[in-house]
Amino acid sequence: MTTTPSAARTAGAAMPDGSPRTHYLNATYGLKSWLLTRDHKRIALLYLVSISVFFALGGLMAVLIRMELATPEGDLFQPDIYNRLFTMHGVLMIFFFLIPGIPAVLGNFLIPLMIGARDLAFPRINLLSWYLYSIGGLFTLWALLHGGVDTGWTFYTPLSTNYVNTSVITVGVGIFIAGFSSILTGLNFVVTIHRMRAPGLTWFRLPLFVWGAYATSLIQILGTPVIAIAILLVAAERTLHIGIFDPKLGGDPILFQHLFWFYSHPAVYIMILPSMGVVSELVATFSRKPIFGYKFVAFASIGIAVLGFFVWGHHMFVSGQSIYAGVIFSVLSMLVAVPSAIKVFNWTATLYKGSISWDTPMLYALGFIGLFTIGGLTGVMLATLGIDAHVHDTYFIIAHFHYIMVGGAIMGYLGGLHFWWPKITGRMYPLFWSKLSAIVIFIGFNVTFFPQFILGYLGMPRRYHSYPPEFQVLNVMSSAGATVLGLGYLMPLVYFIWSIRYGPKAPSNPWGATGLEWQTTSPPPVENFLTQPIVTAPPYTYPAPKRAPEVTRGV
Amino acid sequence: MASEGHGHDLPGLAHHFDSYAQQRDSATLGMWTFLVTEILFFGGLFAAYGVYRSLYPEVFRASSHTLSIQLGTFNTVVLIASSLTMALAVRGGQTGKGKLAAALLVLTLILGSVFLVVKGFEYHEKFVEHHVPGASFHFEGPDAPHAQLFFSLYFLMTGLHALHMIIGIVLVGYVAIRAASGAYTPENYNFLEGTGLYWHFVDLIWIFLFPLLYLIGRH
Repeated sequence: MTTTPSAARTAGAAMPDGSPRTHYLNATYGLKSWLLTRDHKRIALLYLVSISVFFALGGLMAVLIRMELATPEGDLFQPDIYNRLFTMHGVLMIFFFLIPGIPAVLGNFLIPLMIGARDLAFPRINLLSWYLYSIGGLFTLWALLHGGVDTGWTFYTPLSTNYVNTSVITVGVGIFIAGFSSILTGLNFVVTIHRMRAPGLTWFRLPLFVWGAYATSLIQILGTPVIAIAILLVAAERTLHIGIFDPKLGGDPILFQHLFWFYSHPAVYIMILPSMGVVSELVATFSRKPIFGYKFVAFASIGIAVLGFFVWGHHMFVSGQSIYAGVIFSVLSMLVAVPSAIKVFNWTATLYKGSISWDTPMLYALGFIGLFTIGGLTGVMLATLGIDAHVHDTYFIIAHFHYIMVGGAIMGYLGGLHFWWPKITGRMYPLFWSKLSAIVIFIGFNVTFFPQFILGYLGMPRRYHSYPPEFQVLNVMSSAGATVLGLGYLMPLVYFIWSIRYGPKAPSNPWGATGLEWQTTSPPPVENFLTQPIVTAPPYTYPAPKRAPEVTRGV
Repeated sequence: MASEGHGHDLPGLAHHFDSYAQQRDSATLGMWTFLVTEILFFGGLFAAYGVYRSLYPEVFRASSHTLSIQLGTFNTVVLIASSLTMALAVRGGQTGKGKLAAALLVLTLILGSVFLVVKGFEYHEKFVEHHVPGASFHFEGPDAPHAQLFFSLYFLMTGLHALHMIIGIVLVGYVAIRAASGAYTPENYNFLEGTGLYWHFVDLIWIFLFPLLYLIGRH
């Protein structure tokens, strides 16, 4: 790679303050320039808008669920409507928000910038991914309007194949198509990280976010095809009654659970690994210290991705799986705690004696560490056969995975969005309101989901729209917390949109961070860098440049 | 798209790559990665086959013997021959012999179509013998109730393979036209090479399907 000759030409067209006249947002205008773009940065924004729509829809389902559960009687919805609500909540949140969310928004925007490339390896495939995601999403919404689906997001057979009368196949097709999108995104990232790195950017000079995205992509590539074939088999079973999962014809319903969880357990790591990458960036930047144990954190991402493929059986401890398989899956599941703990300890060690600043992204990152630790430790409890037999299919499980997926993945996603927002839009957002949002979300989240641990331990089963009156106090707490949480999520929506028009202009490097993405302008030019960056040092060489006054002064 | 900062104006080299070598490496790695996802996609069916074959070995052997080993062997030879013509076509594209590549691709396309036609005859035979899973399914032999599982897997696996063949034939037709018009150069024949890799992969899937479905229990 060499410095591009034309780069000097474009650099000449700079504004007096050093920022170029044109950047990726104002280079071209019009709907067509967005819908046919091949610029990874614009595609990231297309994803940001579409996943936000699905997040809002999934959130609406959650609101309705918590309203129903505010009273012990099933007085708001019929049981079958309630079944559809929690199913669609799960389907929308998992397949259309959490899995595409952080890789496709932050990863799309940041990976080429972080590795000093002009774009992803396959820009047209990148756009195709977004279209596939959107088509899959529209299928699912269409099914939603036609009565939705009521099997739970897990589509367990034989319920989904022989008994229910809802839009199983339509939603299945939607997930199948969105799966292609996920595979192509992962493939694009892997090839880009292998082949497009700037001169001097060796593997151990990569930012940890890139390591996280790489590990995530491996799971997307290796896991997603298996759920695709599982969905295909469910569709074939429903339409042709071929018997693969039907005990009457000699088939085995448990086989579906194996195929389903072979993807869907690693999928949890698709959701959490990118967030962990974000948190590594945030902790180093806002402690002004190099990350403690860089290689351990990097390899822990790969370790989680690999181990994640050998633990799926812990979803089936009470499904009739052999007890020997159960014991092995139990031990393997506990092993995932090792790389996870390496990360948490290394973040903590990075904080130790760091020069910590309490900026909004850092508040989200610290929230992530706390909530992920609770989610992770309860995960070790659940990996224990005896405890799992007691709390299986109760609210304990619900609380556990929401601590990972909401407390972990979404906190990291929001932290990342706050961190890179100045880079993405070239604008700062209000510091006071954003810090408040982090605190409100943290409090709202805990009030919503901590009571569910207790409810589950006391024996309240999941997926019921009514419950015994003695559970009401904790359920009302949970519903009240959900209200706070919902308000917390609305705050960034409002001030981010506000900031696009009214926010003060952001400098190139508002946080004084070290990554390559901060060395280009905010927002970046179409080709990302005016001259080809050359990397000569490892990441996180803090203490680094001074923070911009816009950040310290506040808005 | 890009209005500024083009690094080069070389023909056939996308703006975000620095060299033909980088572009080719990326395309090849991308295609191999895609084939990995395909292996896992078929892997789900191979897993199901493994489970049911070990549960019902007798009826799987008996059902397998109703398949035509002659037609299966013939198709195997046809597919291997098509892989040879494909490999030669890629070599033709790489050395800039577009016309030769196009001719070999047409030959590949014909061989692929022969495979599908023979497969169609086999499906027809199964239909006549009431071996298609469903209401009219009929099978006599040991453990007959579970024969339907074998034929379900047979149709799913060979059907999915045939679908990949059809996609492959469309791709081969497209690259044949492109090759005839001289689109492939020693610097950039990536799409042709990718199509070749895909074709060989579909061939390889058959190399596993053939013994699993046709040859089990025959010594």
